[in-house]
Amino acid sequence: MSTKKEIWVYAEQENGKLAGVVFELLSEGRKLAEKSGYTLCALLASADGKPMHQELFNYGAQKVYNVEDPKLDIYQNDYVAKVVDTLLKSEEPEIVLYGATTIGRSLAPTVAVMGWAGLTADCTELDFDTERNILLQTRPAFGGNIMATIICPDHRPQMSTVRSNVFKKEKVGESETGEVIDLSVDLSGVRERMKRVESVVEQVNTVDLKAADFIVSGGRGIGDPKNFDIIESLANTLGGAVGASRATVDAGWISHHHQVGQTGKTVCPLIYVACGISGAIQHLAGMQSADLIIAINKDPDAPIFDVADFGLVGDLHQVVPELNKQITALKS
Amino acid sequence: MNIVVCIKQVPDSDKVTIDRETNRLNRAGVPSIINPFDENALEMALQLKDAHGGKVTVISMGPPQAEEALRTALSLGADDAILISDRKFGGADTWATSYTISLAIKKLDEQPDLILFGKQAIDGDTAQVGPGVAHFCDIPMITYAKSCEVIDDGFKVQQVTDHGYNVWEVEKPAALTVVKEANELRMPNLRKKLAAKKAEIPCWGFDELNPDETKIGLNGSPTKVNKVFAPPVKLNKEILSGEPEDMVKELIFKLREKKVI
Ligand SMILES: Cc1cc2nc3c(=O)[nH]c(=O)nc-3n(C[C@H](O)[C@H](O)[C@H](O)COP(=O)(O)OP(=O)(O)OC[C@H]3O[C@@H](n4cnc5c(N)ncnc54)[C@H](O)[C@@H]3O)c2cc1C
Ligand SMILES: Cc1cc2nc3c(=O)[nH]c(=O)nc-3n(C[C@H](O)[C@H](O)[C@H](O)COP(=O)(O)OP(=O)(O)OC[C@H]3O[C@@H](n4cnc5c(N)ncnc54)[C@H](O)[C@@H]3O)c2cc1C
Repeated sequence: MSTKKEIWVYAEQENGKLAGVVFELLSEGRKLAEKSGYTLCALLASADGKPMHQELFNYGAQKVYNVEDPKLDIYQNDYVAKVVDTLLKSEEPEIVLYGATTIGRSLAPTVAVMGWAGLTADCTELDFDTERNILLQTRPAFGGNIMATIICPDHRPQMSTVRSNVFKKEKVGESETGEVIDLSVDLSGVRERMKRVESVVEQVNTVDLKAADFIVSGGRGIGDPKNFDIIESLANTLGGAVGASRATVDAGWISHHHQVGQTGKTVCPLIYVACGISGAIQHLAGMQSADLIIAINKDPDAPIFDVADFGLVGDLHQVVPELNKQITALKS
Repeated sequence: MNIVVCIKQVPDSDKVTIDRETNRLNRAGVPSIINPFDENALEMALQLKDAHGGKVTVISMGPPQAEEALRTALSLGADDAILISDRKFGGADTWATSYTISLAIKKLDEQPDLILFGKQAIDGDTAQVGPGVAHFCDIPMITYAKSCEVIDDGFKVQQVTDHGYNVWEVEKPAALTVVKEANELRMPNLRKKLAAKKAEIPCWGFDELNPDETKIGLNGSPTKVNKVFAPPVKLNKEILSGEPEDMVKELIFKLREKKVI
């Protein structure tokens, strides 16, 4: 295999705005690049790429492969897959990373099939094995009950998707520079088989769990929907957001926008406080990578304590207000 | 209208655990079920059939016991079922699985207008097989479909996105992966259940599908599982108990020590 020693990040964008996960992938890609000695590159397919290049450099891209075509204005799987497949075949990078977004999850498997490449889904850890020169891709399976490390020994490129908020984004600087390689791909032979007739961004009322530094979450243990008040006041004191387990969402106590977990949001705050949450594997799947986890539960054997940095065994109706009180005192 | 629904038989993942000593899955006694999202795909197919007529064919690739999942689908109202099974197909990753399933679809007497998949399987969890099959069959693919309406020459599909939703018009034949919110499931019908028990389910293996030998099973799979292990447990954790006031004091002391607040 005589591939280029390059790591590519698919720079997903819509309407000229890069998806947040792209910066996380670049930041993680930089660590892989350091370890492997490969070059970190971004692949940008859009109608007008220039305004986005600086940001890609600032997060560590050394090269940007830039493809522009009016047909790339809104995401069309057939067009973008054609672009990516063509470039992978002409440039032959070793590794390609995609966000596990709605777009990434259609694009990456399509491109994998086109090029007989391996694709590992929803990785939570990436590492480079310098002895075998291969990418070690670790991911949860069976709903998070097990972890598996996947390798791709004989096919190139090695490709992974990664959910947003799994890796941290770290800017390199404000005015980094790099190389732009303009390439064109002929899309005239790709027939338009589908048309987007509507695209709606739903206003999610104030909860931006994904961006929050502090999250306080309530589970069935709060006992009553009105007790989300004590969760909310602690969140307010910390300047954070309110999260919830699915049990409380299913019970109709709070809207599903707050749900953390496998079928909710993946979050990565500085501090995650779990109140009256048992710690089902599907909940853990969404919050395990928080920097610091504090669990409050009256059952000392609750599985949430397995992932907690600090566990407080007690009745949340007493512990949470007490915590709120002492933090408020500290802040004033 | 001909609709194909791909269903996977999976262990009820809620009940699968890992032996922390041997790093093997404890699968003994874990019941097999139809992948929950595939039930929604099947329901979408049955509703389209109820409204527009036609035929629903379910396909599953797996060991012989996957036939059970197909019989359940027949008892819910699917018309035909096909099992893809052969030792040579074992160990397939999503690439080889997609290739093999696409050969079975191409072999059908009547080609589908619509191919439906679940959003993802709850065991492998990759969500890659749907887009893979669609590409091998050279038909357009829409992921995360919440609804599908028949229009002139195709379908109008609502797709759930990270921030809201899209509406697409797609020509037929098309492929969709279906989310849970798409519909409410129906109950099996007793009469159909009896018929399903007796139904002949053809099994297509290597000889029937005549695949490129290098593209099936473990050998045709670019990815390999290198190692499987239990999710990590935090080591330096501290569990506090006692009076709320004291616990919280101690917690805050430690948090300040760590400079997180
Ligand atoms: C396919 C699938 C996907 C799923 N996705 C998600 C998901 O995305 N997110 C999610 O959260 N769940 C998800 N679930 C559900 C998950 O399995 C659990 O059922 C759910 O997380 C349980 O919520 P809980 O911890 O609030 O409730 P419970 O499990 O009922 O736990 C309540 C806890 O509160 C404690 N408690 C009770 N009273 C008090 C008190 N006064 N003070 C302190 N502690 C108290 C109890 O000891 C207990 O540990 C999913 C399940 C499936 C099958
Ligand atoms: C621990 C572990 C990790 C793995 N990780 C990867 C990985 O990262 N990359 C990879 O390529 N492979 C991986 N595999 C292999 C993969 O799970 C299998 O190839 C599996 O057959 C299909 O993938 P899935 O379960 O993820 O299905 P998904 O792609 O999630 O399934 C989506 C839909 O496709 C249809 N479908 C899927 N399988 C079948 C089937 N057998 N019959 C009928 N319809 C079906 C269903 O409609 C289903 O809802 C892994 C396997 C294990 C055990």
